[in-house]
Amino acid sequence: MTQRALRFTGSTRVLPGFGLSMGISVLFISLVLLLPVTGLFGQLAGLSLAEYWSIITEGRVVASYMVTIGAAAVAALVNAVFGLLLAWVLVRYEFPGKRLLDALMDLPFALPTAVAGITLATLYAGNGWMGKLLEPLGLQVAYTWVGIALAMAFTSIPFVVRTVQPVLDDLPAEVDEAAMSLGATDGVAFRRVIMPHLWPALVTGTGLAFVRSLGEFGAIIFIAGNMPYETEITALMIFVKLQEYDYAGASAIASVVLFVSLALLLAINVWQGRFIRRLHGGKG
Amino acid sequence: MSIRLENISKHFGTTQALEPVNLDIHEGELVGLLGPSGSGKTTLLRIIAGLESADRSARPGRILFGERDVTHVHVRDRRIGFVFQHYALFRHMSVFDNVAFGLTVMPRKERPSSGEIRARVFRLLEMVQLEHLAKRYPAQLSGGQQQRVSLARALAVKPDVLLLDEPFGALDAKVRQDLRRWLRRLHGELNFTSVFVTHDQEEALELSDRVVVMSNGRIEQIDAPDTLYRAPRNRFVFEFLGDVNHLEGSVRNGVLTCGDAYLHVNLPDGAEELLLRPHEVRLAEQPSDTCHLPVVVTAISPVGAEVRVELEADWLAKPWLATVRHADFERLGMKRGQHLYAHPRQWHRFNDQMQPAAQATRAA
Repeated sequence: MTQRALRFTGSTRVLPGFGLSMGISVLFISLVLLLPVTGLFGQLAGLSLAEYWSIITEGRVVASYMVTIGAAAVAALVNAVFGLLLAWVLVRYEFPGKRLLDALMDLPFALPTAVAGITLATLYAGNGWMGKLLEPLGLQVAYTWVGIALAMAFTSIPFVVRTVQPVLDDLPAEVDEAAMSLGATDGVAFRRVIMPHLWPALVTGTGLAFVRSLGEFGAIIFIAGNMPYETEITALMIFVKLQEYDYAGASAIASVVLFVSLALLLAINVWQGRFIRRLHGGKG
Repeated sequence: MSIRLENISKHFGTTQALEPVNLDIHEGELVGLLGPSGSGKTTLLRIIAGLESADRSARPGRILFGERDVTHVHVRDRRIGFVFQHYALFRHMSVFDNVAFGLTVMPRKERPSSGEIRARVFRLLEMVQLEHLAKRYPAQLSGGQQQRVSLARALAVKPDVLLLDEPFGALDAKVRQDLRRWLRRLHGELNFTSVFVTHDQEEALELSDRVVVMSNGRIEQIDAPDTLYRAPRNRFVFEFLGDVNHLEGSVRNGVLTCGDAYLHVNLPDGAEELLLRPHEVRLAEQPSDTCHLPVVVTAISPVGAEVRVELEADWLAKPWLATVRHADFERLGMKRGQHLYAHPRQWHRFNDQMQPAAQATRAA
C-alpha cells in the first residue's frame, strides 16, 4: 500500500498523508466548485448560439452590465483608498481599541448581506438618519447608483484591508527610516519606497473587491430601487429570469458574470506573480 | 564633523533606557558603542541619528554636530548616513537605484545631473567592489554584499557622520572579519566621523579608535581599546571585555584560603574575590610555597595560537579557563583528568562599590 503510494508520487516524501489530503481536496473542489459550474454549462446546452447572444445583449441586460460595472469600479476605487488607509493605521500605529477595529474589518464577511442591505436602505432612504442629512443637500443615495456603489463598498472592503495588511506588516519600519535618513520627504518615501511594495497587494485586493462587487446581490437589492435600465444590477437580472422559470436565460447571464470574474482573477494572478518574482530575486 | 552629546536621556514609558549621558566624539574618529542587549547603545545611536528623540526634561539635552545644534533637526536634514543591521535595502530597486536614491530625492536645485549621479554611484560601487552587480536586485546578493550596498547608499549623500547599528551582526564570522577590516580601511581613506553599535567586544576592540562601554543605560567607560583592556575602570567593564576566572575566599594574615586551596596575597583581612583572565593562569606540576591551587583538567581545545584548557576543583564554584602556549601544553603532556596546580601570574580586584579604579597587582 505504502509502496504503491510512494511509487505513485514518484519520489520518497517525508511529509505523510499526501495521497489522502490531495484526494479529499480534489473531491471537495469538484463537489463545491466544478459541479455547479458544469451544471451551469449544462443549462446553456439548450440554447443555440444566436439565442444565447440575444439574451446576453438584450437592452435591459446590457444596461445592468453598465450599472454593475460602473458601481463596482467606483466601489473598488473607494475601497482601494480607504482600505489602504485602514491597513496602514492597523499596522503602523498602536492605539486603544486596535484589536476591536481589526476584528470589525471582518464584519462585512460575517454579516448576512441581506442584513447589511436592509440597514443601508433604511439609513439612506429619504427619511433615514443619513438620508435626512444628505437629501437637503441634493445628494440622493438610496435608489441611485451611488447607493449601489455604497453597498458594494461595504461588502468588499475586507478584501483590500486583508490583502494589504500582511504585506505592510512584512515591510520593516527600517525601510522608512532608511529613506528618511537619505533625505526623502514623507511623500517621496511613501511614493518611491512604500508604494512599490504595496502595489501588488493593493491591486490584488482592489481586483478581488471589484470581482466580489460584480456578483453581490443581497446587500444591493434593497437600496438599489431596481428601476429597469437605471438601477438594475446583473445579479438581479439573473434572479428575475429565474422567477420567470427561464433557467436557460438565467444561466446565460450568469455565464457572462462568471467569465468576466474568472478572466479578471486570472489576470491579477499572472500580473502579481511576475511582480513578486522580481522582489524575490528573479530576473525582472 | 565632531559630535557632542550633552545630558541626553531617554525613557520608554516608565523604564529608563538611557540615564543622562554626555559624550564627545572627535572629528574623524571611529567610535564603538559596546554593551550587552538592553544597555541603551542602540537607543543612543538612534538619538544621534534623529530616529528617536531624547527626553525633554527640566535640563534639556543637546546634540551638536560640530557647531551645528541638531537637537531638534529632523533625521532627513541632519546629514547623517545610517546603516541598519538588516541592511534595509529597497528590495524593488536595483543596486544602482538603491545607491542613487539619496541623490535622486534631493530638492531639484541641489540635485546633481543624472550623468553626475551615475558617475558618483559608480565611484561608490567601485569603492565597495560591487560595480559589476549594479543591475542586480538586493535579493540576488549575499548578506555581505547587501551590507556593502547599504554602506555605499549611506555614503552617497556625503553625510557629516556615519552611524552603523550592529552592521555586521547578521553576517557569518568569516565575512564579518573581512568587512571589519574593509570598513577600517575605508574609514582611514575617507576620514569621516563614525559611530557603530556592537555587542561583540572583539569587534569593538578591533575596529574602534575609542570604545564606549555601556550597561543599563549608563556609560561605564570611554577609552582606547588597549587602555580599556589593560585598565578597566570597574568590574562590569572587566567582565564584559573577555573571559574571567573568579577566585573567592577569605583573607587572614595575608593568606587567601578557599577550601584546600590558598594563595598569599598582600590584602587586609576579610572576604575577597579576585579576578583573572585566562592568559593570567599558569599551570605547573607542583605548587609553590605561596600558592597552592590544585585543579583537574576537564576539557582541552586547541584553538589557533594557544590551547584553551578548562579546569575544575572542589574549591571552585565555576570552572576556570586557562590559555596555554602549545610549547607548555606539550611539555606538561596535558590530558583530561590530569591533576595540576594553577599559578596566577597576575590578578585583579574590584571593590563592590565599583568606585575605585582597577588595581592590577603582581602576585608573589
